[in-house]
Amino acid sequence: MTIQVCYDIVRYDFSRAGEASSSIKKLLKQLGISSDVIKRVAVATYEAEMNIIIHSEGGIIELNIDPEKIKIVAKDTGPGIENIQKAMTEGFSTAPNEVRELGFGAGMGLPNIKRCSDIFDIESSLGESTTVTMIIKLN
Amino acid sequence: MYKVIDVVKLLELEVIAGEGGLENPITGVYIGDLLSWVMAHLQAGNIWITIQTHVNILAVALLADAACVIIPEYAEIDHQTIEKANDEGIPLLRSKFSAYQLAIKIKEHDLIK
Repeated sequence: MTIQVCYDIVRYDFSRAGEASSSIKKLLKQLGISSDVIKRVAVATYEAEMNIIIHSEGGIIELNIDPEKIKIVAKDTGPGIENIQKAMTEGFSTAPNEVRELGFGAGMGLPNIKRCSDIFDIESSLGESTTVTMIIKLN
Repeated sequence: MYKVIDVVKLLELEVIAGEGGLENPITGVYIGDLLSWVMAHLQAGNIWITIQTHVNILAVALLADAACVIIPEYAEIDHQTIEKANDEGIPLLRSKFSAYQLAIKIKEHDLIK
């Protein structure tokens, strides 16, 4: 049995930021998933959601649940990451000042996602879309 | 274990919103204003003290399972934040004291068991 849910994420929509992650968390709670796994999924999806809002033209978050794992795919429509290695560095952020003043842009997003995932993958290049895949295993 | 309502009374906090969560138990305190740091480090049941007052702090509080949010130094709070705190039942509290002073008082009252 697989569950799949998709969420639309709008560029710079701060008033709704975190809604997709909160919905996902509520769903996982209803399914009786362990709080450990829920916390990791919550952090990973929140960071992915905020990355789409702050750094992209907009995108989607796709949640897939099967008996073995939770898989989240965050895909945007651009503008792509120039240097993925740099983007994965803790403390590195391209967030503009007005966003940093709100407490975003600490440069921990991608590192946090990787830390919370059992399997992590990111694909992107300048001028293209970015896809981040996070897999958290269920035991 | 103490609850949010105990902290409200002992520290004389203003309850701005989220009364539904006043019975939440307290496990500790986390102070921070960088949202990704808070997401990574705040433990479930922690009091979160932050100077950020925009609506996104509630997504963070919800996702990280904070017991409540305390805004120090009478900082002004967005209307959207108040509404969301009420919707989600997350206690949104305010104090005249600074984060440092609040931490000292929490320690003095021995509120973390």
